[in-house]
Amino acid sequence: MPSAIEVTDLVVRYGPLTAVDGLTFSSEAGEVLALLGPNGAGKTTTVETLEGYRRPTAGRARVLGLDPIADRRALAPSIGVMLQRGGVYPAMNAREALRLFAAYYEDAEDPDTLVERMALRDVGQTPWRRLSGGEQQRLSLALALVGRPRAAFLDEPTAGVDPAGRLAIRQAVRELRDRGVAVLLTTHEMEEAERLADRVVIIDSGAVVAMGSPAELMTAGAGREIRFGAPPGLAVADLGASLGAPVTEDQPGEYRVATEATPAAVAALTAWLAARDLPLADLRAGRQRLEDVFLRLTAASPERRDR
Amino acid sequence: MRGYVAQTRAEVTMTLRRGDAVLLTLGIPVLLLVFFSLVHVLPTTTKEPIDFLAPGILALAVMSTAMVSLGIATGFERSHGVLKRLGTTPLGRPSLLAAKITAIALVEVVQVVVLVPVALGLGWDPHGDVVPGMVAFFAATVAFAGLGLLMAGTLRAEVTLAAANGVYLVLLLLGGMIVPLSKLPGGLADAARLLPAAALSDSLFHALGVGGGIPLESWLVLLVWAVAAPVAAALTFRWE
Repeated sequence: MPSAIEVTDLVVRYGPLTAVDGLTFSSEAGEVLALLGPNGAGKTTTVETLEGYRRPTAGRARVLGLDPIADRRALAPSIGVMLQRGGVYPAMNAREALRLFAAYYEDAEDPDTLVERMALRDVGQTPWRRLSGGEQQRLSLALALVGRPRAAFLDEPTAGVDPAGRLAIRQAVRELRDRGVAVLLTTHEMEEAERLADRVVIIDSGAVVAMGSPAELMTAGAGREIRFGAPPGLAVADLGASLGAPVTEDQPGEYRVATEATPAAVAALTAWLAARDLPLADLRAGRQRLEDVFLRLTAASPERRDR
Repeated sequence: MRGYVAQTRAEVTMTLRRGDAVLLTLGIPVLLLVFFSLVHVLPTTTKEPIDFLAPGILALAVMSTAMVSLGIATGFERSHGVLKRLGTTPLGRPSLLAAKITAIALVEVVQVVVLVPVALGLGWDPHGDVVPGMVAFFAATVAFAGLGLLMAGTLRAEVTLAAANGVYLVLLLLGGMIVPLSKLPGGLADAARLLPAAALSDSLFHALGVGGGIPLESWLVLLVWAVAAPVAAALTFRWE
């Protein structure tokens, strides 16, 4: 029984640019997998290769055991796609678009039910081009669901969506998982990955830097370090000497002490700061936020973050 | 099949909802037909201007729907990611293309149903054989659709919009639709004869206007464009 989504040693190049560089991961039915990474990390390229829009330069991509390009016709009824932007006739309203897409599939969901579920009733007659960003995202997601897919690909599903819209989208993603759909979504927001995903694959420069459940990623290395925020440019060597453990400034004003987070170590740290009348912005020991993991793992290539 | 029918309905609905498309496919042809048959300022070669204008305006109707309206709509669908998104639905490209062709045919039927009674009301007295006229009408639809898709598939949407309208205006003037080719300067007239617009208006003029067969030269020009334009479009079309 093959995995629902399988990516093996995938390489995708656009001319001289390598967008995906030897990526391997897989995802099962009933699992929400988030591809997390900074802009330009290769998330969209990976998803679009699985959707059949991009041809692998090397390696392979399989969805439900099928080749997204060679088996396009066989695969199309079983996948739901949400593009990062666009995809709907600008003059078409939500109900029309859902009815049209429903007609493409043998066993489609009821369009009117989807309008309700995605909280689109009030704008059901509004043309796509006059919908807000969040409303467009919700309609886009509804269009990905209308064919009752077995694998769903959601590219930045919550980007530009207001809090209420995010709730509707998260609820829809959970329902997909509960129905046994394999969901692959991309995001560059740690919080979304933490909330939505069963498993997170962190990628940077087209390669995996870490993967695991949000809890696993957050507890990896737990207890062996103390992280704190304080004014940038502290004398880390001096602080390290007084604590007896190396101190590094990962980002300006974000520090990490490589020592067991014992009460004594924390007390020594705060005493050092107090002696110099320095404010403590925050202090974290043990479980890290996913954001810390993410920033640490992708800090090696800060120039990519702006792409 | 259900997908194809729904897609065809959507294509027609979207066309009729675009004000520019309605103006282009119905408004301008009716206006030109009425105005120039009542105001005798064109150097037409027939006794009554309407006998020249009616087939010419029918040719214009084909060009406006199959080339301009299709090209602009498809160009914007491409830039809005609609074509890309449809690529991962079970609709499939052949059904999408079939739906677009059917939609063009349906809009053309509407155009004929509106334009022919108006022309007859203005005193048009058609002679000749409808069947060759319909064949020419069909061949020209294929040729113009190919040109429209050639622009839509290779240029940015805004450029397609400008280019399609520009080509429309040039072909309106050089296409023997409102100004007979015989009134153009010699060299220009010879060049114009190689364009699909003039070949179509000449075909319709002979088939529906004056009677008698369609000249071989017009058939040839139409057929070459009807093959070359769609082939060029298919070879160069970029879906996103």
